[in-house]
Amino acid sequence: MISLSDYLILSSVIFCIGLVGIFINRTNIITLLMCVELILAAVNTNFIAFSHFLGNEAGQIFVFFIMTVAAAEVAIGLAILTLLFRVRGSIDVDVTNSLKG
Amino acid sequence: MSSEQIIFYFLSFWFVASSLAMIFARNAAKAALFLVLGFFSAASIWILLEAEFLAITLILVYVGAVMVLFLFVIKMLNIDKSTLRAKFAGYLPLGLIVALIIIAEMTLVLGNAQFGLEVMPSPIRHAADYSNITELALQLYTTYVYPFELAAVLLLIAIIAAITLVHKKEINRKKQSISEQVNVQAKDRVRIVSIASPSKENK
Repeated sequence: MISLSDYLILSSVIFCIGLVGIFINRTNIITLLMCVELILAAVNTNFIAFSHFLGNEAGQIFVFFIMTVAAAEVAIGLAILTLLFRVRGSIDVDVTNSLKG
Repeated sequence: MSSEQIIFYFLSFWFVASSLAMIFARNAAKAALFLVLGFFSAASIWILLEAEFLAITLILVYVGAVMVLFLFVIKMLNIDKSTLRAKFAGYLPLGLIVALIIIAEMTLVLGNAQFGLEVMPSPIRHAADYSNITELALQLYTTYVYPFELAAVLLLIAIIAAITLVHKKEINRKKQSISEQVNVQAKDRVRIVSIASPSKENK
């Protein structure tokens, strides 16, 4: 049988991979958004594992709402990216540094 | 090792491997495709956890809509060329060290001593006629109906925001001007001209 800690450790590994992806990414902002999606998938796995082992559906409801918010976030994020590309001509992380203090 | 464990480790391997391939991919389109594989593995793991509705939703919404949107934007912006000068900055060793320390700490906290099968036994599998969707819907439309409505409003706001952000103002666009319509006078629309009636002239 698979224990709860297996699921939790798996999701923590995925979470850390997403975190490292944000650290090392120097290419473009789209990959940053994808790393955020990966982190959200890890968190959702946590919620569903606890919901299964505790026999409570509230965790799955939470995942439902997280997915709703994430879909809205992606739509707006990609709209902002399109606008940024139209204004700056590039969405490289190195180039978008005009907010640097 | 039971068949359930073999399936779990197989799916976990592909989840982790595709995530690693995603963050090290130089090409954004390849990264998106690796993320699709990762989401598919995650959905399979969710089915192991008896969350069938959310697993199908993950595939339909994320793989079917969100990742296609990602690929659409990647192809539309043509950023494949701009990633030629991609380089991994000097943050890679530090990032790896931080991630390994976090994983080690999480493993200590979430290990078998705290969340093992002895502490939290595996629940009995539901019968074949158990419907995950029915259970979720019962909760969603009674206890959580107010957050459900708020989520719908949030999606509407997201639609409006996304359209407003990328909408270009065109010069020759036919636009409705409500103030002009309200303030219009009869003389602006109707012009009365007096012309001679041809029937009278003939007589």
